[in-house]
Amino acid sequence: MTPALQPGGAVTGPLVAALAETGRTSTGEAVLFWTVGTVMVVAALGLLLSRRTVYAAMSVVVVMISLAVLYVAQEAPFLGVVQVVVYTGAVMILFLFVLMLVGVDPSDSLTETIKGQRPIALLLGLGLGGTLVAVALTAADIRSVGLAEANADSNPVGVARIIFGDFALGLQAVAILLITAAVGAIVFTHRERLTRRMGQRERQEARMRSGAHPVNLPAPGVYAGTNAMDVPALGPDGRPLEHSVPRVLRIRGQRRSPAEVHMDPSRYAGDHHLRGSGDQGVQAAGEVLGPPGAGSTPPGRDVAGAGDEEPIR
Amino acid sequence: MNLANYVALSAVLFTIGACTVLVRRNAIIVFLGIEMMLNSANLALVTFARMHGDLTGQVVAFFVMVVAAAEVVIGLAIIVAIYRTRRSASVDDVNLLKS
Repeated sequence: MTPALQPGGAVTGPLVAALAETGRTSTGEAVLFWTVGTVMVVAALGLLLSRRTVYAAMSVVVVMISLAVLYVAQEAPFLGVVQVVVYTGAVMILFLFVLMLVGVDPSDSLTETIKGQRPIALLLGLGLGGTLVAVALTAADIRSVGLAEANADSNPVGVARIIFGDFALGLQAVAILLITAAVGAIVFTHRERLTRRMGQRERQEARMRSGAHPVNLPAPGVYAGTNAMDVPALGPDGRPLEHSVPRVLRIRGQRRSPAEVHMDPSRYAGDHHLRGSGDQGVQAAGEVLGPPGAGSTPPGRDVAGAGDEEPIR
Repeated sequence: MNLANYVALSAVLFTIGACTVLVRRNAIIVFLGIEMMLNSANLALVTFARMHGDLTGQVVAFFVMVVAAAEVVIGLAIIVAIYRTRRSASVDDVNLLKS
């Protein structure tokens, strides 16, 4: 195998030589361990203590990349690459995706729902950590053999021999597990359709059934001698069509009547846009045209009133 | 430096992950704590493989990664399904069976 195909070979080479005889690591690896280990512990505490969820996820990304560095330093370059690809590449992206889907809630509730939970958790954590670290540091006969012999044909080849040899059955089981997980995720997030799908045809049929206006509304002002938006169009019989004025203008009471426009020549003098402030003129116009709410405005609503605003969609 | 330091580091990370699971309320952060516990176990496995000069430890760590990936898929699907119905990602709000 060419050297270019051996990831981490240049990194692990000196370390292997340094480890082989004495069972102790080189000084370079000690420096790497203490540096990366400090970063990892600080980032892990960031997960435990940060208020914002995105910061916690980023802290875990730092921990995982540092773990990949330590794997490569520990003569496991294959696992280091897999760690970066699978964990930081796939799993953490999935986490961030779901985080954005669920919504970033900056105010993670800090109220204790179980009384005295945090002190007890701190106590248990200190106890567990102290016990495990003490066991690891005082274990007798931790004598390192080193992987120089096992990694003779490069690390991926050695790992592949064991995966496809001793663990062949486990590999099949894991394949089944992954497929089951994919199907399970689909089943979990599948939503059953409770109503029939509303397509274009169904919408049109519902509109005709409800007796709504089947086609577009007439444009305002077309037959009224003006093309202003606030003047209703005149039908073929000469009566104004209330629903041709935009609903917003009707609700705000800014509609004018065609009679108002035609009767008063001074409206054409160029100052008709100045009259928007007076509601009295609009009220009068409404009386000319009939009771307010005669159009498609819902009955009972004050046409000129600015009280309750209907949400405009 | 002794290789036991790696095991000690993995124990520290495992402890912090366990405390995260115990203390935090947000389901996603709890899940991240579980992921960190799995990762610290992987670090211990890789260290053991180096101690014994046997690559089986690395292979087991590899299988742990695969199983963790499947577990993340299912766990996040559960969180999303709960969020759809309850509009919350807090583990305290999932109390339908209570009383």
